[in-house]
Amino acid sequence: MNEREPSSVDVLIASDRVPSNAHPELLTEDAIWALLDNVKDPEVPAVSVVELGIVRSLSWDGKHLSVDVTPTYSGCPATELIEELIEEALRAAGIRDPQINRVLTPAWTTDWITGEGREKLRAFGIAPPQGSASKMSLLGADEVIACPLCGSENSERLSEFGSTACKALYRCLDCREPFDYFKCI
Amino acid sequence: MTQQQVLQEYLLRLADSDMILGQRLSELTGKAPAVEEELAVMNVALDLVGQARNWYEYAAELIDDGRDADKLVFLRDAHDYRNLLMVEQPNDDYAVTMARQFFFDVWHYFTMKSLVNASDERVANIAAKAVKEATYHLRRSSEWVKRMGDGTEESHRRIQDAFNLLWRFTGELVTPDEIDHAMFKAGIGPDPEQLKQDWFGMVREVAAQATLTTGEEDAWMYMGGKRGEHTEHLGHILAVMQFLPRAYPDATTW
Repeated sequence: MNEREPSSVDVLIASDRVPSNAHPELLTEDAIWALLDNVKDPEVPAVSVVELGIVRSLSWDGKHLSVDVTPTYSGCPATELIEELIEEALRAAGIRDPQINRVLTPAWTTDWITGEGREKLRAFGIAPPQGSASKMSLLGADEVIACPLCGSENSERLSEFGSTACKALYRCLDCREPFDYFKCI
Repeated sequence: MTQQQVLQEYLLRLADSDMILGQRLSELTGKAPAVEEELAVMNVALDLVGQARNWYEYAAELIDDGRDADKLVFLRDAHDYRNLLMVEQPNDDYAVTMARQFFFDVWHYFTMKSLVNASDERVANIAAKAVKEATYHLRRSSEWVKRMGDGTEESHRRIQDAFNLLWRFTGELVTPDEIDHAMFKAGIGPDPEQLKQDWFGMVREVAAQATLTTGEEDAWMYMGGKRGEHTEHLGHILAVMQFLPRAYPDATTW
């Protein structure tokens, strides 16, 4: 009767333990890269944080893992969330106290989005950035953006900005569908 | 003033101008003239507030009196704010909003472009991020100035009126004081003379394409924002922006 029921404290303590199947010391950097490739960007869930190029580097310092992450835009509201998702994924894999560092330099550029990431963006309906950021001109002519749905290059820009800081709004003049374009910076 | 105090002061100027313009633009939430403009204005505001945070965080570390970025934003009064007078001017009609943005963007773009090469590494890093965003902002605001200036009779009249109205605040953007000179000497801030040339060069070029006239460089100018002497508008902005954190100090969840 007076026997203590399993309380939330036990659960807490249990969940505090490193999972018994975890062998963090066995996780190579390659394995961690693969692990982080499953962490999706919360605003563009078609691509992972690795494919977007915002996980800059990772390294083991003894038993401590350190991960460098860079924001896409200064005011990107997903910055903290992305850092939390990365930390959560690492802890779930049994890595204790991973250190997430926010680095600003060199500044993130769309050139770092991987080829695979670009394809996934297109499949998701977002036109990937065209060309290299270094070619972006201040007052230059508009770029030719292919519609991610029908492939037509006959498109027009509706707005320099879209639903998130990293996107602009376009419209295909052939299939008439509006679409997002991942801005080149 | 020590070299570090000069840098702190300079960082607060950059941060405050970004922050106040970000707050001003945010007032258009739900009220912009078209949905695309709403998205654009909010995105620009977001970039500016993000940049402001980067500058405030650095300033807070140097000031080192226990205040963080939030406290610097929410618990300083108007006379402690160091923003340019231009950015605190009301949104008014969309021509005024875009003229203000254009004058600021030209200053912002050339300033960030120069700060990328600052001898202070942290400053250079924050600027490297910011200059990309500033470039995009300038491209958009200069396009708007041209559209309105070379548009209809009505749009031309409005943007010309906006240029005339705001011209009196442009002098402050390009007139250096002792802090600006000290930062240039320290290898951090832009060359004041170069900045002035670049600013007038681009403004006049875009104005010419937009069929607009600009004021005189030596016209009488309102200044003082960088020293904490503001127009009546800043107090109203702060009243709105600071109400919640002042009413509920140290609340961590809103």
